[in-house]
Amino acid sequence: MKYILMMNGKKSDFDGYAQWSKEDLQANVAFMRAFSRELKDSGTFVTSEGLGWPIEARLVRAGSQGEPITDGVFPESKEFLAGYWIVDVESPEQAYAIAARLSHAPGPGGEPGNMPVEVRRVLSSHSDLGL
Amino acid sequence: MKYILLMSSTKAGVSGYHTWSQSDRDAHMQTLGAIVKELVETGEFAATQGLAEPKEAKVVRGEKNGLPVTDGIFPESKEFLLGYWIVDVATPERAYAIAGRISAAPGPRRVPTNMPIEVRQFAEHPAN
Amino acid sequence: MSSQTPEIPIEHLLRELAPQVLGIIARRFRDFSSAEDAVQEALLAAFRQWPRDGVPENPQGWLIRVASRRMTDMMRSEIARRERETVIAVEEPAIEPVEEIEAEMDPEDTLILLFMCCHPALSASSAIALTLRAVGGLTTAEIARAFLVPEATMAQRISRAKQSIRASGVPFCAPTPQERGERLAAVLHVLYLIFSEGYASSIGAQLQRLDLAREAIRLTRSARALLPEDAEVTGLLALMLLTDARRTARSGPEGELIPLDKQDRSLWDRDEIAEGTALLTLALSKGAVGLYQLQATIAAVHDEAARAEETDWPQILAVYELLQRAAPSPMVTLNQAVAVAMVHGPARGLERLRVLDGDERLGGHYRLDAVRAHLYEMLGDFEKAVHHYRTAAAGTTSLPEQNYLMTQAARLEEARRETKNGPAVPESRL
Repeated sequence: MKYILMMNGKKSDFDGYAQWSKEDLQANVAFMRAFSRELKDSGTFVTSEGLGWPIEARLVRAGSQGEPITDGVFPESKEFLAGYWIVDVESPEQAYAIAARLSHAPGPGGEPGNMPVEVRRVLSSHSDLGL
Repeated sequence: MKYILLMSSTKAGVSGYHTWSQSDRDAHMQTLGAIVKELVETGEFAATQGLAEPKEAKVVRGEKNGLPVTDGIFPESKEFLLGYWIVDVATPERAYAIAGRISAAPGPRRVPTNMPIEVRQFAEHPAN
Repeated sequence: MSSQTPEIPIEHLLRELAPQVLGIIARRFRDFSSAEDAVQEALLAAFRQWPRDGVPENPQGWLIRVASRRMTDMMRSEIARRERETVIAVEEPAIEPVEEIEAEMDPEDTLILLFMCCHPALSASSAIALTLRAVGGLTTAEIARAFLVPEATMAQRISRAKQSIRASGVPFCAPTPQERGERLAAVLHVLYLIFSEGYASSIGAQLQRLDLAREAIRLTRSARALLPEDAEVTGLLALMLLTDARRTARSGPEGELIPLDKQDRSLWDRDEIAEGTALLTLALSKGAVGLYQLQATIAAVHDEAARAEETDWPQILAVYELLQRAAPSPMVTLNQAVAVAMVHGPARGLERLRVLDGDERLGGHYRLDAVRAHLYEMLGDFEKAVHHYRTAAAGTTSLPEQNYLMTQAARLEEARRETKNGPAVPESRL
């Protein structure tokens, strides 16, 4: 079963991240690399992506002629997806344990961040309705 | 360059979706299906995923003893991710155009949903 | 060019030969894990070269030679590595010529491999992956695509599975008589899971290149050829055939799910049904009736009805009662409730479901809502049916099912609006 693990942040969180010391940033990136590596080694890694920053985010709606209307203004409280992992595991508990590990990514001063990680089941394109 | 097109909603929004008529739902699915087919042909389609509704969603924080702490998280008004498309396109404008077409897909009584779609570019894989 | 008479596609030939070659190499070099890697490489080499150069006169011999060479290369570099690390000289094992190796082939090897790859200590996904590669002869890439994970992930999953086997010291031989029952049950369970995965993914617009359900049937046939007297092996094969027979009718043109009672039965595969029924009869004649045979019986009863209305529900209900006694589970109760409804009416079916409300194992599982919805619809209580269809749709993790459940809710909601005073007569859903 596939689960998506998502890290979200408000614009202020991203701005805060940009203020981290070089060492703290490197430690965080190194952790993320090692984390992906662990998932690959354990045979659970499906994919992972980091997303561009909120300044580049656009909200798109269809205009009356079907043309896209783009807008780059979001409320301060909006949570932006920063990045995600998709893992293929045997149980939800396994997904939560992996998310807990991710949550320990080091933050400022090298302290474990304890960042909240959102865990959601990915829908399959298979049927599940018993034989 | 790869872009992710994020589709979000609230519990109320999803409840509303549940009440669409069968033919409205079919029309919506057909439009989306046609867009996927086109994008596959142009080589711009990378992926699409749907996420299970957030009844079972959890937010996990690593506790000091290593055990995950989980709790349900979505108050009525909070937006959550329903699913996404990933497209591989030449320009951001192309990504916006695709998002616009998805947003224009018909809803109840064939009126375009005008659903807002968040478009984000992928970073350069610092985590891989 | 090849002297093989039938036009067997190369990949089918390779899949048949793979476990035979693996058995020989693993036995000769006494290293299952490395042998499996070596045979994989030989298979990939064959995939590349045979379409270009033609299938060799002795395809098995070719694979054995290439895999053996790879084994000795791996062993030599391992020895060299160890020599670099220590000063103790390690004796190089003699590398025997091909003829001697062939003499050691054991027709039981496929069975031994199945036992090893399905070892109960392995997780389900590990066992499935390893079985498909080592016994099924599929490539890592094919297996990865079937399960929608990256190839490197699948390779790692298989590698770790083999490490577990190596670490546990499981020898390359059949299990002891004491272990055999449990080990065989594990094998059948893995084969059943592979079939389920394949059958589940036969829904949906994207057709997999690899037909996992067919692979499961093929592997189960091999198991049966080696264990012809085992009723459960035969029963499992029967269950697979009787279920696979309906595959084409299960999905509509847009990839939508079509339930059993609405399927176009002219699309059912009559040959598979005939074979499945014959195998089931054979299995039942052997005395002890196991779970796969019971499930196969239910499938057979469905398959023999020319129209949904002709289904022998009392017989199906009786088999569910046997299943409840043999292996009670919430899922059995769930399915049984449907049969109860068909025989004794939806109110009785709903009653049967009530026992599941406190059951933690099901805990709000969407299928409970889906079945409830269906029974309320039968009863004519469209309001409750719509509610439960929607709840089920919110809880399912399958897109085709979500669509199906929401469509049912929408359909009933419209029917409800059209007949404002009292419920419409529900059409029979089964």
